[in-house]
Parts: sequence; C-alpha cells; structure tokens
Amino acid sequence: MENGDEPHVLAVDDNVIDRKLVEKLLKNSSCRVTTAENGPRALEFLGLGNDQQNILKGNEPKVNMVITDYCMPGMTGYDLLKKIKESSTTKEVPVVIMSSENIPTRINKCLEEGAQMFIQKPLKQSDVKKLTCQLMNCKG
Amino acid sequence: MEVGQMQRQWVEYIRSLFMEGFLDGQFLQLQQLQDENNPDFVVEVVSLFFDDSEKLLNDLTKAIDLKGTDFKRVDAHVHQLKGSSSSIGAQRVKNACIAFRNYCEEQNIEACFRCLQQVKQEYCLVKNKLETLFRLEQQIMAAGGSIPTMELSF
Repeated sequence: MENGDEPHVLAVDDNVIDRKLVEKLLKNSSCRVTTAENGPRALEFLGLGNDQQNILKGNEPKVNMVITDYCMPGMTGYDLLKKIKESSTTKEVPVVIMSSENIPTRINKCLEEGAQMFIQKPLKQSDVKKLTCQLMNCKG
Repeated sequence: MEVGQMQRQWVEYIRSLFMEGFLDGQFLQLQQLQDENNPDFVVEVVSLFFDDSEKLLNDLTKAIDLKGTDFKRVDAHVHQLKGSSSSIGAQRVKNACIAFRNYCEEQNIEACFRCLQQVKQEYCLVKNKLETLFRLEQQIMAAGGSIPTMELSF
C-alpha cells in the first residue's frame, strides 16, 4: 500500500448514532469513510444501483471494505452482502456484518455468503483496529 | 469553586453514574474517541441520542393502542432504541428495552404499556444525569481546567 493511501470504507447503518460512531472509529484507524443509511443507497454508491447498469462502469469509487449493520428495514445487511458478492465489480470487496444480536444461524448464514467477519455491537475501538489491520495486511 | 474541586466533583458524579448502572463501559469508549479533532464528540453523539430517542418514544406512544397495536412496528422501534442506548452506554435504558421486546414477542399489550412507561422513566433519568455531567464539564472548561481521564477500576 502506497504512503497516504488510506483504505476507503463504506459504512452502512440505518441508525444515526451508530453511523456516527462507526465513522469515528474508522477515522481513528486511518480510514476514509463514506456512510450510507440503507442498502439501496450503499448499492448506488458502489455503482450497483437499479438505474445505474453500465453508466458508472470503470468510474465507480474505489471501496476497500464495506461494513454494514445486519438489521435494516427493507434490504438487510445480508441482502446487501449477497448483492455485493454477486457483482463482478465488487465481489472481491470484503464485507463485514455488524449486529447487536448474537445468533449463530445468522452468523453462519453471513459467513457462508462470503462475509469477511461478523462483529457484535456495540462497536469498540479494538474491534475496528483488528479489522483495519487485516485490511491493510491484505492490501500490502 | 476552584478547578480542582470541580474536577473532583465531576469524577465523583460520573463514578456514581457507573455504580448506579446508568452508564456502562460503552460510554467510556465514546469518551476515548473524543480528541482535539473532535473535542465535542461525546456531546454530539449524546445529543443525537436524545433527539432520536424522543422521536422513537413519541412513535411508541402512538403505536401502543389498546384498540389495536402493530407489535411488529412497536418491536422495530424498541429495537432501534435498544441499539442507540447500547451504543452510547445508557445501560438502564437498554435493559428496559430488552424487557420491552420480550413482551412485544408475547403480544402482551398491558405489559408493553408498562414497559413503555419504564423506558420513558429511564430515558428521563439518564438524560438529566448526562445533562448535569455536561454542565459540570462546561464549568470546568470555563474555569480553564480540563476534564479528567476516566478509568474504570471495577
């Protein structure tokens, strides 16, 4: 990873407090952060939105990791994970799922679908540091 | 009151909030995120929490109706409130929400109504406590002092 090349993370959460918290935690770990309040907005940002098709091809913003809440109305974090893994442009992007509920079937479902990691909420600095270390190692 | 006294008062006060269960370790996480780049981080997040909670509590009050209650909707609101309170370390509010969700699952409307009162009460209490804490902080800063770093030893 070149100097000054901070990882760009897309953080998705419908809860405004959690968005602010995850943003700060990521910034403290030297990440550039974009937040989205739901799955559809996240997909739009990634260039995977319904109306986008081929419009952004090649010009999508470079995202090094997506971290998303599981429980969101409409499109869940799991649905979002699936869509990201289904697309050739984004399937290599690591996706981390956050949830306040520790449900083994839910965790397994996400990991089977290709989630990098499942993190328990509320998020702590140590969780995020661990994540970003992994991310930097992958890039380096 | 001189700065040292105000700082001791702050330490005693915040310690009591932990001892009485109003706040848990997650609040310390928030404080640790505050730095020169974000000197008002805790107040900003807590203010967001106040605004968000008040809206949720209003929605809950309207949604719990003896004539007909959409328990899924109620549960969704309580889930949000549980999440926010957990994220800022408002432990008693979070616990009240956990109990509330159990009754939503049972579709027990009277218990839900009681839970709502309980959650409102805990929210009011923690709001007052946090506002007092922030006032103390303002007084310390105004007197040229700094907020002590809090270490949990229990």
